[in-house]
Amino acid sequence: MRRAAVFRLLTAAGLAVSAAACSSAPGSAPDTFSVWDPYPQFAGDSEWVRTIEACGAQAGIKIQRQAYDTTDLTNKVLLAAQQRTAPQVLVVDNPVVSTLAEAGVLRSNSDVGLDASASSPNLVAAGTLNGKTYGTPIGANTLALYYNKAVLSAAGVDPASVKDWASLDAALAKVKAAGKKGITFSAIGTEEGTFQFLPWFWGAGAALTDLSSAQAVSALTLWKSWLDQGHAPNSVIGNTQTTSWQEFATGEYAFAENGTWQLQNAKKAGFEYGVIAIPGRTGGTAPAPTGGEFVTVPVQDDKGTESKAAQIATCLTGPDRVLATDTALTYVSAVPSVQEQQVTALPELKVWVEAVRNAKGRTGDNLGTRYPRISQPLWGAVQAALTGAKTPDAALKDAQAAAASAK
Amino acid sequence: MRARLAAWAFVVPLVVYLVVCYAYPLYTNIDLSLREHTVRTFVYGGAPLAGFANYATVFADPAFRTALLNTVAFTVVSLVFQYTIGLALAVFFARAFPLSATLRALFLVPWLLPLIVSASTWAWLLNSESGLVNAVLGIVGAGPVNWLTSPSWSLVSVTIANIWIGVPFNLVLLYSGLRNLPAEVNEASALDGASGWQTFRYVTFPLLRPVSAITLLLGLVYTIKVFDIIWIMTRGGPSGSSSTLATWSYELGFGSPLPRFGPSAAVGNVLILMALAAGLVYIRAQERR
Repeated sequence: MRRAAVFRLLTAAGLAVSAAACSSAPGSAPDTFSVWDPYPQFAGDSEWVRTIEACGAQAGIKIQRQAYDTTDLTNKVLLAAQQRTAPQVLVVDNPVVSTLAEAGVLRSNSDVGLDASASSPNLVAAGTLNGKTYGTPIGANTLALYYNKAVLSAAGVDPASVKDWASLDAALAKVKAAGKKGITFSAIGTEEGTFQFLPWFWGAGAALTDLSSAQAVSALTLWKSWLDQGHAPNSVIGNTQTTSWQEFATGEYAFAENGTWQLQNAKKAGFEYGVIAIPGRTGGTAPAPTGGEFVTVPVQDDKGTESKAAQIATCLTGPDRVLATDTALTYVSAVPSVQEQQVTALPELKVWVEAVRNAKGRTGDNLGTRYPRISQPLWGAVQAALTGAKTPDAALKDAQAAAASAK
Repeated sequence: MRARLAAWAFVVPLVVYLVVCYAYPLYTNIDLSLREHTVRTFVYGGAPLAGFANYATVFADPAFRTALLNTVAFTVVSLVFQYTIGLALAVFFARAFPLSATLRALFLVPWLLPLIVSASTWAWLLNSESGLVNAVLGIVGAGPVNWLTSPSWSLVSVTIANIWIGVPFNLVLLYSGLRNLPAEVNEASALDGASGWQTFRYVTFPLLRPVSAITLLLGLVYTIKVFDIIWIMTRGGPSGSSSTLATWSYELGFGSPLPRFGPSAAVGNVLILMALAAGLVYIRAQERR
């Protein structure tokens, strides 16, 4: 009796350990593929999941789909790759692609027979490292300025008059004079903050290779002047893009810098809204950073598995299927012909399609994995300047020094 | 023989647990901090040993000084207020009165709430534009304070939130400590003509010392590694003004698309050493008594 008890105890302990250690099943060419994506908002019965399953069925593969929070996904994939349990197909945020490629986690398109040539080159650039492209964009989003029609008309501002920074400033001054609030955005000390700052940074003509240029300083000075004059609330320093949207949704604000993904929420906001492109300093549309994910093929031990995975990736990003996915995500398609279809179906997307055509990848210009080392000091500088801890000039000089020293 | 086997069998689960959940992660963290990792070596192995280069990088970073000072200030101020308020409430509740049990249960709410809820609630309350605190200040006639977005207030704000969360823990431990004190001593001091304050100062408080010591030690270990509240409320910002070693370690390791595992692990180890030092001080103090 007692021996049996001891035996049971030991078995239980042993099982617990082996269960913890061996959750992965090694082997070649599994008949079930795992697909990881950063879309936890889509449940198992959504159109997106049905699309994945259909693409799997086309390749004769059963699909096990797993959704992660987008900020979690990078680390989850790195850890899984370390344990040789990376998913067969990975949908991942575009600035992360070069990091994962650098880590040797992803196969390049030429290795597995994936083709990204149907997508716009400015979007594919984010997934290109040292002349090789890793994955295909599933769609794109970017930033523009939402405006509240009632607030603007009460202040006597015609949104079409906002063509450059000077006219935007003038519009903000009129809004303030009318007793409403000007503009809200997100300047939080994370990648989100840099993402939101880049349209102004690039719109001034600055480049990520030189954070302390006069153009860069002018962009940061613009933001700082909005806070000083009360055109933008102090809360932008801590705002995520979601909290910034919540401020705009109160109906008190004239403008909000936000993304394609808020279109559904904008319809629910309960007031009339419009969208204009973010103006460059002296006019024209400022290049906004591209958002959106790439469908990629992680490295596996087996060539056959990789090429099957590439088939599924091709199917997921194929023009016939991607329209439904991009509509569900409220993304602009990466494929120009599909963009045309989207605008035909929904004319209000025209502004967004324009913005996406003008957009730039953050990791483009072959910055690749150097981008995170530049982005971090940049959001630090934005925060330091907006809180008044440093002047825009000094903050960006320090940021450039930090970015140059971190290789 | 069989008895020994059984004895070992009882030890095995504990040893396995300790090795799997403590020794191995600790070893991995030390190993991470001593190597020069890139994302590629993290996945495929083969990172060269870097000695203490990661520690040197971390110590030379101006952010380290800020994070260290913030950690100390955050921990000390939190502990002082949590303990004082917790003790005052414990003494208050030690005398049974109608509804005291209900009230005491209500004081536990901060402890029972998930941290994401309490931290988000504090973030809303303290919001510069739409927060309730600034609205109340406005009624009183005071100007708005940028609680979370001003470098001089952000650390104060997260400390206040942390004190609020930590009071129930102190209350519970100190209250049960008070209940375990022999009632005769209090009666004796009352018979000797001691005032209420004198009884507390010269009788109750000294008798409560062992409970106070363990409360403060546990509080220290919990507070020094606080991450969630700060991260949710300020992300350690603006520009590092409310970053502690815990949030800085996370920021290095997971805060950007390109992780810096070596320095991140190094900061984590510094934090472990600080907690360990506090534990040793406690054990020494226990032995001396």
